[in-house]
Amino acid sequence: MADLLAQRRSPLAHLAGELAATGFMRELPYLSSYEVRADPAEPAMARLGAALFAGPLLAAAWPTAGRAVGTGPRYALWCGPGWYLVVDEPGTTLESAMAGLPAVDVSAARTVLELTGPFARDVLAHGCAIDLHPRAFGPGSCAQTHLAKAQVILHQTATATYRVFVRASYADYLARWLLDAAVEYVRRIDE
Amino acid sequence: MSQPFRRAAGGRIDRSRTLTFHFEGRAYEAHPGDTLSSALLANGVRVVARGPYTGRPRGTYGIGAEEPNAFVQVDSGPGEPMVRATQLEVYDGLVARSLAGKGSLGEEPDDSRYDKTWAHCDVLVVGAGPAGLAAAHAAGVTGARVILADERPEPGGDLLGGRAHLDGRPAMDWVTDLRARLAGLPEVRVLPRTTVTGAYDGNFLVAVQRRTEHLGPAAPAHVARQRLWHIRAGQVVLATGAHERPILFPDNDRPGVMLAAAAAGYAWRYGVLPGRRAVVAGAHDGALWAAVDLVDAGVELAAVLDARHLAGGQAHRALRDRGVVVAAGHGVVGTDADADGVLTAAWVAPVDGDGQARRIACDLLATSGGWNPAVHLYSQAGGRPRWSDDHAAFVPGDPLPAVACVGAAAGTFDLADALAEGAEAGWQAAAATHGGGGEEPLPPATDSVASAGAPAACWITARADSPPETIFVDLQRDATLRDVRRAVGAGMRASEHVKRFTTAGTAADQGRTTGVTTVGVLAGLLGLPVGAVGTTTYRPPYAPISFALLAGRDRGRLLDPERRTPMHERHEADGAVFENVGQWKRPWYYPAPGEDLDQAVLRECRAAREGVAMMDVSTLGKIDLRGPDVGEFLDRVYTNRFSTLRVGQCRYGVMCRADGMVFDDGVTARLAPDRYHMTTTTGNAAAVLDWLDEWLQTEWPDLRVSATSVTDQWAAVAVVGPGSREVLRRLAPSLDVSAEAFPFLTVRDATVAGIPARVFRISFTGELSYEINVPAWYGLALWDAVAEAGRPAGITPYGTETMHVLRAEKGFIVAGQDTDGTVTPHDAGLGWAVSTVKPFIGGRSLARPDTARNDRKRLVGLLPADPSVVLAEGAQLVVDADAPTPVPMLGHVTSSYRSAALGRSFALALVAGGLTHRGETLQAVDGGQAHPVVVTEPVFYDAEGARRDG
Repeated sequence: MADLLAQRRSPLAHLAGELAATGFMRELPYLSSYEVRADPAEPAMARLGAALFAGPLLAAAWPTAGRAVGTGPRYALWCGPGWYLVVDEPGTTLESAMAGLPAVDVSAARTVLELTGPFARDVLAHGCAIDLHPRAFGPGSCAQTHLAKAQVILHQTATATYRVFVRASYADYLARWLLDAAVEYVRRIDE
Repeated sequence: MSQPFRRAAGGRIDRSRTLTFHFEGRAYEAHPGDTLSSALLANGVRVVARGPYTGRPRGTYGIGAEEPNAFVQVDSGPGEPMVRATQLEVYDGLVARSLAGKGSLGEEPDDSRYDKTWAHCDVLVVGAGPAGLAAAHAAGVTGARVILADERPEPGGDLLGGRAHLDGRPAMDWVTDLRARLAGLPEVRVLPRTTVTGAYDGNFLVAVQRRTEHLGPAAPAHVARQRLWHIRAGQVVLATGAHERPILFPDNDRPGVMLAAAAAGYAWRYGVLPGRRAVVAGAHDGALWAAVDLVDAGVELAAVLDARHLAGGQAHRALRDRGVVVAAGHGVVGTDADADGVLTAAWVAPVDGDGQARRIACDLLATSGGWNPAVHLYSQAGGRPRWSDDHAAFVPGDPLPAVACVGAAAGTFDLADALAEGAEAGWQAAAATHGGGGEEPLPPATDSVASAGAPAACWITARADSPPETIFVDLQRDATLRDVRRAVGAGMRASEHVKRFTTAGTAADQGRTTGVTTVGVLAGLLGLPVGAVGTTTYRPPYAPISFALLAGRDRGRLLDPERRTPMHERHEADGAVFENVGQWKRPWYYPAPGEDLDQAVLRECRAAREGVAMMDVSTLGKIDLRGPDVGEFLDRVYTNRFSTLRVGQCRYGVMCRADGMVFDDGVTARLAPDRYHMTTTTGNAAAVLDWLDEWLQTEWPDLRVSATSVTDQWAAVAVVGPGSREVLRRLAPSLDVSAEAFPFLTVRDATVAGIPARVFRISFTGELSYEINVPAWYGLALWDAVAEAGRPAGITPYGTETMHVLRAEKGFIVAGQDTDGTVTPHDAGLGWAVSTVKPFIGGRSLARPDTARNDRKRLVGLLPADPSVVLAEGAQLVVDADAPTPVPMLGHVTSSYRSAALGRSFALALVAGGLTHRGETLQAVDGGQAHPVVVTEPVFYDAEGARRDG
């Protein structure tokens, strides 16, 4: 297994140094993720909720529009009506819990860029049309939107921490775009 | 003496520092806080530009965004064409030169940074004059999210350098106080040097912020030079002020003729005398107050003229106190100039009748016909300005939802009223969006001023015999009264028509000073009330925006996303030349040292046909389909049947649009009874997913099917050629790769190179081949493992060009290349894949007489008579290239290559009548040259399919 994991390469491994140099961006590689498409009222969804999150999670507890539930590392993100992205730590296999549900393992389809700190919101605002002000967004909010010219799922996990889920093939573009957008802010940290 | 027109003291400039700049090749001095216009005036430079058509000298005319004359070319820094000298902040090392109408882009690429941002707020206040400041403050104290955008370097508007008092103190003290208070409100954002250029539906506004230009060479390279703001506002308060308008008269374009309040502004805001001896001519109180300001600044007033027959009022008294008597009912009827064209005298006469004109020597002629409220954004947002006789101006008409106009922008010119109006609008706007809160701030107290009387709508003062071609209605376009008269003579009545006929109002200044004046002149010629003629339409952008800013960071490598497969860096290391396929970067070919495209492709093709080759096929669209009804769904979507497919099997499928034309094709596998894996062409992946979702959501919501894109989940390597089985055997020792155990068109889960994989035995080349799919993060490891396992057999990586040659040799189409939306499956030779017993999307259309015609364009093969000629794709096919035009066209070449296997060139084509032309010689015409070609079956290689099992 260790040999197998060593063969992986994340979509942004080649930019890890540049992302780290900004002081507020990094890749969260290899997160497990599943797209689940089902009515939250279905019994199988309630069972899945119970299995994923400690204690029974009733239909109402699946996230409503624009929201994510979970407190990390495991989250369920609302992507659309009857459409959720379940995210967990790398290597977590949720197949058995999802048996009987239309759930697709998309762990390798996306990678995650995490932005953290006082400039995260400003940097995102350079390419994201939605309002990320705490009065409009905030921890526990998520949205499918565009960042620059890439389709992303944006999930705010904490006061100044955002996860950007981006398709693996767009990750290099988006990371380079973010690195460019971050230039002014990186200097402000230095100064 | 340096800066001979600089006053001894005063102005919002930093006299402790001296800057050097160059204009027209000469060095001058200035102070921080100067604009190029104020600095040139301080140095006595009166000629700043020239008329674009007349070549007449022109000087600074206004003091801000309204400027029609003083446009310059900046040559320092990245350079900038057509910059208003009135807004160009002087920096050390500024180099500028005069323009005649238009500037030019620099030769060197501009490597400055430009960026964009999105912003959201409860209240956007446009303009930081007194009304705007009061509005922003009143909104801000409620805790609302406020953006205050102002085009000047610092807030204050007309209070800047002015002599008004608020709460008994100089007004600038109040401005300073308010700035500090705004800075203390965390949800208030003040954007200086920011011009709101567009107001669109839903209170979406666009603003341009000039961030580092004023720093010149000291501008930090890492800071974006300009920023484009996309602002979504709950409420908008327009405190955009007003633009001063002149009165027109003969030779009104001479350097030395200026707007009156602008002239006074130079004296007090910049500490510069705009002249030493002035004639002031106006038609409203504002002109008289400008005269007071000029005389107090040390300008000798040779005459003050007022077109109105009024006396009394505070301004008259103030002038009388200074020994100046206003000549009521008088105006300017001409000017004189020196050899350089610069003003030397004004001719003055009564405005009524043709009284004797009097010559008055002066070097400044300050004119002011009134104030035009800046209704541009109000108008852009959908408002219709209305003429007000009380204001002698167009003012905002019916109110707009969620947009308020305040202060001078609303025609409220009294300072006290403007402050109160601004504060109330800001307070109400915050209440409407944020809910309000806190205590409403009171506007500061002001002294009330007794007016002499209402402004007059005075457009032109001239004698009956004054030549109309000397009366300029648009200085930047050199348009004159004669042009307007000609327009009317040609039958034009509408201001929009006259604008286009005369070009008045169409220049970069958009006729800000004289647009309304032109309307007034037109109304006079037509004998109509001004309001009946109306203004022209104001459209975005209010001020020009550079293309560099519109591009933002979307240039060079970031112009458009480059999608990369997980193996991208290996392809780069292997020297691949890339090709764009949609947004993907795909290896096109892998040239060995010294090889060109043709040589590389021939080598790659030979490897795939005779040995073993490999290709990165990760970009193929992949869709995971789940649910009990997937089989039924696919039967409806594909022309052929998929519900009968057994688990572990694959099938080639064709999709049509409802019109029966080929949309996409690909191989789809059944992984489980309720689970299929669909593949699409690389370029159509998103379109196919949308198509499936549309049918599922709108037509067949009863089908229990969910579709998920897994294009990025899987990386895939195609191992191709007679040697591929051996390579796979090495990589997957536990997989029985024999033809019997792993037959064509089946799929197997296996461990390949230690990686959990899904292996499809499918072929896009006709050769034995396998497509190995692994989770994307193993893609690079898989590629390397395949290369390693194939090394003894000389495995050869190949790119899209070779792929195309190989598939075309087999007559396999590429949807979108060999089809173009007018090709049915039958036309493309895919009739065998069209079910005659089940319904499918497009099936009904295939029963139409037109789709059954025998002379439809159908897929054929072509062999050029000269085997070394590779036909141009798109070349037209005709029977006789020398036939008289129009030459009947039979079809065109869709794919054309040189084949290693055939040892010659070949092509696919769509030809009317298709294979009825088999064996005939047609002409393929390209670039005027005709190449004879023989029509053949579209399968050139291994027609019997003997090679697919290796």
